[in-house]
Amino acid sequence: MALEMTGSYDIPVPREKVWEALNDPAILKRCIPGCEELERTGETELRALVVAKVGPVKAKFKGKVFLSELDPPSGYRISGEGDGGIAGFAKGGAKVELSETQAGTTLVYTAEAQIGGKLAQLGQRLVAGTAKKTADEFFKNFAEAVTGETHEGV
Amino acid sequence: MNASVVTPIGAPVRRKEDHRFITGKGRYTDDLSRPGQAHAYFLRSPYAHARIRAIDTSAAIDMPGVVAVLTGKDLAQDGLGGLICGWMIHSKDGSPMNAGAHPALALDTVRYVGDHVAVIIAETLNAAKDAAAAVVVDYEILPAVADLAQAQAEGGPVIHDVAPRNTVFEWELGDKAGTEAAFARAAHVTAIDIVNNRLAPNPMEPRAAIGDYDAGDDAFTLWTTSQNPHVARLVLSAFVGLAPENKLRVIAPDVGGGFGSKIFIYAEETVCAWASKRVGRPVKWTCERGEAFLCDAHGRDHITRGELALDGEGRILGFRVKTTANMGAYLSTFSSCVPTYLYATLLSGQYAIPAIYCEVDAVYTNTAPVDAYRGAGRPEATFLVERIIDKAARELGMDPAEMRRRNFVTAFPHQTPVIMCYDAGDYGASLDKALALADYTGFPARKAEAERRGRLRGIGLSAYIEACGIAPSAAVGSLGAGVGLWESAEVRVNPTGNVEVLTGSHSHGQGHETTFAQLVSARLGIPIDQVSVVHGDTDKVQFGMGTYGSRSGAVGMSAIVKALDKVEAKAKKIAAHVLEASEGDIEFKDGRFTVAGTDRGLAFAEVALNAYVAHKFPTSEIEPGLKEGAFYDPSNFTFPAGCHVCELEVDPETGVTQIVNWVAVDDFGTVINPMIVEGQVHGGIAQGVGQALMERVAYDNDGQLVTGSYMDYQMPRAEDLPSFTLGLTETRCPSNPLGMKGCGEAGAIAAPPAVINALTDALGTQDISMPATPAKLWAVAQARVTRRAAE
Repeated sequence: MALEMTGSYDIPVPREKVWEALNDPAILKRCIPGCEELERTGETELRALVVAKVGPVKAKFKGKVFLSELDPPSGYRISGEGDGGIAGFAKGGAKVELSETQAGTTLVYTAEAQIGGKLAQLGQRLVAGTAKKTADEFFKNFAEAVTGETHEGV
Repeated sequence: MNASVVTPIGAPVRRKEDHRFITGKGRYTDDLSRPGQAHAYFLRSPYAHARIRAIDTSAAIDMPGVVAVLTGKDLAQDGLGGLICGWMIHSKDGSPMNAGAHPALALDTVRYVGDHVAVIIAETLNAAKDAAAAVVVDYEILPAVADLAQAQAEGGPVIHDVAPRNTVFEWELGDKAGTEAAFARAAHVTAIDIVNNRLAPNPMEPRAAIGDYDAGDDAFTLWTTSQNPHVARLVLSAFVGLAPENKLRVIAPDVGGGFGSKIFIYAEETVCAWASKRVGRPVKWTCERGEAFLCDAHGRDHITRGELALDGEGRILGFRVKTTANMGAYLSTFSSCVPTYLYATLLSGQYAIPAIYCEVDAVYTNTAPVDAYRGAGRPEATFLVERIIDKAARELGMDPAEMRRRNFVTAFPHQTPVIMCYDAGDYGASLDKALALADYTGFPARKAEAERRGRLRGIGLSAYIEACGIAPSAAVGSLGAGVGLWESAEVRVNPTGNVEVLTGSHSHGQGHETTFAQLVSARLGIPIDQVSVVHGDTDKVQFGMGTYGSRSGAVGMSAIVKALDKVEAKAKKIAAHVLEASEGDIEFKDGRFTVAGTDRGLAFAEVALNAYVAHKFPTSEIEPGLKEGAFYDPSNFTFPAGCHVCELEVDPETGVTQIVNWVAVDDFGTVINPMIVEGQVHGGIAQGVGQALMERVAYDNDGQLVTGSYMDYQMPRAEDLPSFTLGLTETRCPSNPLGMKGCGEAGAIAAPPAVINALTDALGTQDISMPATPAKLWAVAQARVTRRAAE
């Protein structure tokens, strides 16, 4: 089952700072809903453990996260695939683009996800709703975190 | 009707089994528990097509409460064979069908989402589920094909190496040259393209199994939700190789609906039985609803092009059909006969069609297996025939009722060009009665009145026929069946005159405990509560072929009649000795054996007692006891037929359909219990309406099931249906002693074309596919408004 999501956030922080945060596993870990572990295992590769709850299915996804199409500080593609055991699998990616604005930075993301197994069986409406909510939550968390980090740092 | 009375044939006797069911005393497989039982959970493939590189069960085995984690390798190690398809179909070129191996647990490849990867057996179901999450499967994901229309594409994914282009067989039936000739001289040709939507069977009780191996006797017992426990035992014994039949007892206790889906021998039941020996404990599994959507064999799923050749007066000259049938990822137990001998043989419908030619390609896809579902092939045939004749009538400007009447078979027996020989029927009578009950001539006024209310009203006919009473053994044998389809019965008269009837049929909602007892009560003149029906246990009933295809009346009860004939004959001999009369003078009527022309006689129970005490007849000539068995093999199929009329309204603003009237006139031959027959017709129509308006199993392009719960798979509810008007016509079936034809599938067969024909009438377009959901109909209705405005 394929899903597509887009979103846009205005972040009152300079683009370079946003870019740095996008590459900081500690910040990403705090912002990914349900993320229990996120460790860098290579230059552009991370290992993740995420607990996701979709309707009645709660599962631990173990997976890998890859960064590609790196174009500092304008954006990258972040993609991953996770195995949720009996809950099924999920894989997907998001193209993240950062542009400078007067107030700071605008982050635009275009994400696509594929899911299978029991998760897909839950139905498009439930899964699509949850995926959109999760993506929004991540970028909202991220915008807040990067704003907070930067201000703390000032 | 009171239980302590003799119940004549034709009486609406209340169902004996219902007291048990409605007071919660039913005994379904999941209600049963065995001492020391462990619970099984199946790890299923989340991918539609993948190679299994490795399965690491080590972490799972160490989880708390885990008894065993078993895979296909363990199954193979124990020498067990795969699941089979029991009906051999040959392609046009004479080659046998390309049947891929079907291991109960995957060996190296998974072929649909839900395919069985491993079984985890633990102290509790939750422990088994937790451990399943710890099994690590290394999959190499392969390209999948889930879309039937794409399955035969050159260069596409190959699901089984033995089946190039995923083609299981390319089969044909009928007279190709004769059909071509009919088209060459046709004044008019009507063509139609049809998708017969894939359905999930959804019995109320999901499948379940308990396997129990007794090391002392070296014997297995399998409790399971089966429509045919003896066939399950035969397959598990002779093909899977679990144990010889004398060391394997299969019990199908109360079973809550099947609709065909519980005919088949599935992986889970097989694994539970096998694993019980492997782990030395009873192993229980109950299917969850989500698993049922994934793994119960689905129904229908055809793509068809039909062409009808007609003369200038609307008489059918020839019928040409090309169907592609989806088999899913493996050939289920009887899957191959459904789109062939249960489908193409009914393409003549109720009509005298001189030439028919049908081609069927059966193909594999990365989806759940497809097999028989209520009607099995016959609904697909009826939908095609009744849609194309309706379309032809409209193209020719003829009344659809008149078009049908003009082509009806009117003389019997009638040999069709597609094997079947119709033995009896009166199609004009059922059409006339249905039109009268539906006030067909008053329809234009009702349509005009609806239009004033802003509703689009339509009326649709469906003059269906089906072949039941499956089936003459030699006939099905010549067509590729691996079994004979007779039925057995045993009538055990106890010394005090009450009776146990053992039948090889199986009741899972059909009310056999009532109708079978009603037959015996009427025949022997004993109250119905003195008759018990025993079924569903291979240790009690010697053998039987089970229940499907509306065979239990026409075949199962015929076997009982044969056994009752023997009981009566022997009882007469005994009565003659006791009454000191000549055997030829003994008459049996209303439960009494009397000497003709006298008032001397014995009640049935008195003769029964005499049979067992054996004081008054020479046991050198007559054996003591009163118990007779019979095997009955039908000489022909039976041909229930009838006419359904659906009247409905569509709201063009919402696309919602409301069925406002439904008339069903059926010819089932002799009716034993009209109340049970009505129940069967009601349920069948509901399922047919479900297919027409709501139900569809959908996979996405990756082979993910996207209709895997009731959130996305809509079933009909009471509010979707009107109060039905039912009528009967009766022509006796000449091939069985009771004159019965069968009623279990009629509604599901008749209903879909009646609904769609009514929708085409309401909306003025032939382009309406199943399921006709509000979204589709809204679009059609809006296009109609736009078109009208432009005109």
